[in-house]
Amino acid sequence: MLTILFDGVAYGMLLFVLACGLAVTLGLMNFVNLAHGVFAMGGGYITALLMNRAGVPFLATLPLAFLIPALAGLVLERLLYRWLYGASQLDQVLLTIGLVLMAVPAFDYFLTDQAQQIHLPAYLEGRIEFHGVSLGAYRLFLILVCGLIAALLQIFLVSTRFGAQLRAAVDDPRVAAGLGVDVERLFAVAFATGSGLAGLGGALAADVVGGVDPNFPIKFMVSFLIVVAIGGSRGIAGAFFGALLLGVLDVAGKYYFPSIGAFIIYAVMVTTLILRPQGLFAKGGA
Amino acid sequence: MSAFASDEAARVSRHLLRRRRWRPLEIAAWLAPPALILIFPSRALLINEILILGLFALSLDLALGFGGLVSLGHAAFLGIGAYTAGILASRGVNDPLLGLLIASALAGLAGLVTAPLVLRGADLTRLMVTLGVSLLLGELANRNAWITGGADGLDFTVGRLFGVFALDFTGRRAAALYSFVVLFVLFALARRVMRSSFGQSVQAVRQSRLRAGALGVPANRRLIAIYGLAAAYAGAAGALIAETTQIVSLDIFDFHRSADVLLMLIIGGPGYLYGGLIGAAIFVGLRDLISGATPEYWEFWIGLLLVALVSVGRERVEAALARFARRPYLTRPGEAAP
Repeated sequence: MLTILFDGVAYGMLLFVLACGLAVTLGLMNFVNLAHGVFAMGGGYITALLMNRAGVPFLATLPLAFLIPALAGLVLERLLYRWLYGASQLDQVLLTIGLVLMAVPAFDYFLTDQAQQIHLPAYLEGRIEFHGVSLGAYRLFLILVCGLIAALLQIFLVSTRFGAQLRAAVDDPRVAAGLGVDVERLFAVAFATGSGLAGLGGALAADVVGGVDPNFPIKFMVSFLIVVAIGGSRGIAGAFFGALLLGVLDVAGKYYFPSIGAFIIYAVMVTTLILRPQGLFAKGGA
Repeated sequence: MSAFASDEAARVSRHLLRRRRWRPLEIAAWLAPPALILIFPSRALLINEILILGLFALSLDLALGFGGLVSLGHAAFLGIGAYTAGILASRGVNDPLLGLLIASALAGLAGLVTAPLVLRGADLTRLMVTLGVSLLLGELANRNAWITGGADGLDFTVGRLFGVFALDFTGRRAAALYSFVVLFVLFALARRVMRSSFGQSVQAVRQSRLRAGALGVPANRRLIAIYGLAAAYAGAAGALIAETTQIVSLDIFDFHRSADVLLMLIIGGPGYLYGGLIGAAIFVGLRDLISGATPEYWEFWIGLLLVALVSVGRERVEAALARFARRPYLTRPGEAAP
């Protein structure tokens, strides 16, 4: 029971790191980015390839799994995304579906459709007994790392000048720009950071989800959207609780009610959207 | 005052009547598919697929192009239609037309029931709700294997059309012609409905809900009605898939289906009824062409086309095409801000 809760929390934390970039672009900036999973897949591939082909240790690959997708995000934002901030959400959906459609065959072409497995270092394998509860070492590692990232992000957004500017720019870009905030640069940096975190999440997730393959963006798109749907438009904190809720529900649901499987998750998503179109954790709303 | 009003009403109805007339080019275009089916029987399977996906895209056009309701889960209704027709056939009710009618009616009912969910909130909520509903239905079909066959798919035999024409793989030509007739009848109906005062009021709601409301148009009722109609059309497309392939599997509810139909409609251009059909022909034709050279990777090119289309600006492309074609029914009046 506690083990399931623990696994669920670990999975939820992981989902948070994967989806928090989307919580900013979709939840705050209202940009429907269905291609978010592409960056996560990129990070997963970077770690897997560096480990398997170059023998780089797992932890050393993580900074690159963050940096390269962040750079890719920056380039794509400058090239494509930024023209559509004010456009209809249909156009945003079309652009990002187009990107997914391009990314999946491209990865397939260069890296085959075989899933790339990663082999965790020995110190992250095995289980730890703790007051009679058996905890996976890697799960514990995930909770620590992802929890740290969540805390840093929250502090960053709430108490730094950059965070305040970003929140202002999201609330009202015109007024923020009028007050001397460089909105374009802020959005670009936020987008790049979100993409980088997705990449890092993808690298961390590669083991849990059984390796990365080219269909990763499509398989996980729905999970990301659910996190943001439950978390609502209140950014990092909402997405954090949304991700935790989804992680625990998913793991517990699969364990206790295997016969209805993913049904619970989708039902939660649709019910949330019906009851509170702005998300479960939105202020006011309904 | 009343004389002015009736003058105006007469003018409007004259205009609608004029718009309902079939143009020579339209008639010629409708003669092409049956001719192609008869001349190239070996391509009947491909043409059949284009016709059915065209119907599916037409259905999305009713919701999106005319009603302004975006959807990422239109496959929900396609799946309901396909499974209804399939389950009926597997339980012995295997008359194709009866199956088509029941499937379409059930899907339409599902559309009416889910419409209130879709009307709430903004586009973003709509996208997620429609996606969620289609995933939910897919999972439901997956878990109720006793009736849907689950992951193995549902196998069945459909009876002959009017007791004469076989629709299975021995009668590919008959199947494609059957799909064509269904598409044509439903298209003509949609064309008639969209050029009636009801259709005009639906478009008024899309352009500005506020102004349409001020003119006395019950906005929500109109949108629910058009969404139900669109769902019934999608159900008919699903039934056609089931009846002409004689198998239904879970992938009918896939996100891929919903995304593809959106792409087809966008490629063809929403809001003038022919867009879905043209888009389906381009989409399936491109797939056939490209996947002959590089199978599996053809989606890359569709993705590239889409990214280019959106980046250049869909309105600009449409306007350029409309100027090029110089056909009044290709142009759309500019949309007012919501």
